[in-house]
Amino acid sequence: MGNKIVRVQELAPRTRLFEIEAPHIAQRGKAGQFVILRVNDEGERVPLTLASRDPGKGTITLVFQEVGKTTEMLGRLQVGQEIHDLAGPLGKPTEIPTGKTVVCVGGGIGNAVVWPQVQALKEAGNRCIAILGARTKELLILEDEIRALADETIITTDDGSYGRKGMVTHALTDLIEGGEKVDEVITIGPVVMMKFVCRATQPFGIPTQASLNPLMVDGTGMCGACRVTVGGKTRFACVEGPEFDGHQVDFDELITRLAYYQPEERASLDSYHRCRLEAAADRLQNP
Amino acid sequence: MSDESPKPKKVLNKSKVKTPMREQDPAARIFNFEEVPLGYNEQEATGEALRCIDCKDKPCVAGCPVGIDIPAFLQLVGAKDFEGALRKIKEKNFLPAICGRVCPQEDQCEMVCTLNRPDKGRESGGIGRVERFLGDYAMEHNLTITPTVAPSTGKRVAVIGSGPAGLTAASDMVQKGHAVTVFEALHKPGGVLFYGIPQFRLPKEILMREVDGLRDMGVEFVMNYPVGKAESLDSIRERFDVVFVSTGAGLPWFLGIPGENLNGVYSANEFLTRVNLMGGYKFPDGSDTPVKKIKRIAVIGAGNTAMDSARTAKRLQPEVVYLVYRRSRLEMPARVEEIHHAEQEGVEFNLLHSPLELVNDGKGAVGAIRCQEMELGEPDASGRRKPVPIEGKVREFAVDTVVIAIGQGPNPLLTADCPELTRDPKKGTILINDVMQTSLPNVFAGGDIVTGGATVILAMGQGRVAADAMHRYLMTGDPRDPFAQAGGSGVCPNLM
Repeated sequence: MGNKIVRVQELAPRTRLFEIEAPHIAQRGKAGQFVILRVNDEGERVPLTLASRDPGKGTITLVFQEVGKTTEMLGRLQVGQEIHDLAGPLGKPTEIPTGKTVVCVGGGIGNAVVWPQVQALKEAGNRCIAILGARTKELLILEDEIRALADETIITTDDGSYGRKGMVTHALTDLIEGGEKVDEVITIGPVVMMKFVCRATQPFGIPTQASLNPLMVDGTGMCGACRVTVGGKTRFACVEGPEFDGHQVDFDELITRLAYYQPEERASLDSYHRCRLEAAADRLQNP
Repeated sequence: MSDESPKPKKVLNKSKVKTPMREQDPAARIFNFEEVPLGYNEQEATGEALRCIDCKDKPCVAGCPVGIDIPAFLQLVGAKDFEGALRKIKEKNFLPAICGRVCPQEDQCEMVCTLNRPDKGRESGGIGRVERFLGDYAMEHNLTITPTVAPSTGKRVAVIGSGPAGLTAASDMVQKGHAVTVFEALHKPGGVLFYGIPQFRLPKEILMREVDGLRDMGVEFVMNYPVGKAESLDSIRERFDVVFVSTGAGLPWFLGIPGENLNGVYSANEFLTRVNLMGGYKFPDGSDTPVKKIKRIAVIGAGNTAMDSARTAKRLQPEVVYLVYRRSRLEMPARVEEIHHAEQEGVEFNLLHSPLELVNDGKGAVGAIRCQEMELGEPDASGRRKPVPIEGKVREFAVDTVVIAIGQGPNPLLTADCPELTRDPKKGTILINDVMQTSLPNVFAGGDIVTGGATVILAMGQGRVAADAMHRYLMTGDPRDPFAQAGGSGVCPNLM
């Protein structure tokens, strides 16, 4: 079962969208679930949350940012090539309410997951407001797609190059304090952002789901690399999550755990760059 | 089977002890992931086979969970008919190179062997070693002994999980003429044989060869397909005539002590998966999955998985590998041979030490393990003497890595998706009847998902029994053997 790439789109610098043939994942996958992929036989297993899917066409869409060796190698794949290994859909889907007002707060690459969430929320008859954050205008992704679905879309950029200047949390707080009756908040993005979104909603008692992105190896409940503390209890994000009650999540522990392999990840990327440079030099010398 | 090989001459080897197996020197082997026992050569294997006295009762056959005709294959090896011997083994066991390595023979065939009289200084026949020799012989000589496959029955069988139970069931079912598809959640086949058992105990090339043998017989393997997620069990049940669930015990247990989520603390599953399945010991040049440079590591537990973890750790060149266990040596559940190997390789045993806490190094990683020293008290419910704390005796070991190897529960990925599949409310294991059939009539189950955690060969034995029952179910509608004696074939030996 090859998983062929049928469309590649550059959404922002170093940020790509792949549409991939994966009929059973397209059929069964839901918003909030993820896949695990490998780029070659020596590759690590990398979890990526589903962006969108097209059951009719039998394809899924993944959005990723090139931040390490694996995502850089992934970014080099072209239309027609195959993903070496692709397993899913894994994890539990986002819990979608009905007839509520829900605010989806995304940041950076997390906005790719806001997209299917907004879609699912609208299909279930909710009023849906999307708050999309980015560092700067050119890094904002999928604005049109989300705007087309959401009842209201608010953009924030850290540098003020587009939309409102500042953090998503400010936009969220203003929205709530401005009288919008918010029943629920769903947030996905950098861990620090999610931590502050949860902190912002807590005084208002608004239930807040956070979609966590811990390190994973197998992604099927087998290893426990992804364990997170929620309400004082250890949970496996891969099978019990990845979404949890954000007011109960120990975000600081998650931040520490995410940083554990950073030196190795950097070394791996450096060695990969060195190899590519050497190969390029070699090609120049021996054309 | 019609073996027309000549009758072996009765030239018995009267040695009281097993022909020793050459091993890699402990001082050298901790620097590599190569196999430790080097195996017999032809001469050694023949010599050892000739120790078999071909006794009348053949207790070894009954002692083997898959019922291999052990004396018969030993006789053939004695006569240097290695191909005939392989054929004989493969009547019952498709995976001799694996079983010869990972079976606990000392508790099975070799324990009940008539020769085994420690009181007289006599050791059992080295059955496992000869079996392993044959598996390796086949590989070295590129002998493919593919059992005959019966004419197609037109029936379709799904096997979920490609560990030892699943591979055995697949092998048996394809031989009986059914079309078999094996679904595996991970990217490599073999289940625990791949992700759990280290390279130095079971080289992956051997496993892949056995899997290729199944492919040659027509078994289809579908990787990256977590049934329960990628497709519901109900849908699989519609697409196939019968389903065998062998999804294993892949849910690691933690201790529930403070500090367990610190960086540097792993389940044995994660540690072994990183190193074995993902090849992390080759990071960064042969694998992209990182394994930290470890200085001081403690492995908690004393079963086979703990020994595998400790010995794997040793090969990552740390300063020290501690094994921490709350009971004494007598209660260690690991195979004697594994304990011996771990000691030889310099794993430092701290028995009668019960972990109290994993201490933060101030940067979010584990810096030390605090243990309560214990002594043995009265026997507990399991019959083992219960460890009780020695007041005031608490020790702290400086470590940068801790591996928790205290066992695992059944993997919930499939069962969570299918509430109709009746499970043990406490353990989460799938409940089966006397012929390994679950609460869903066309679904059978075996291996660790049923036992909660046992050995490779027990899982294979269950795969075999289930295959017989599934075959009868497919052909007659009744999984039970109408001619079976009470306690005879058709009833799972390990569940009584």
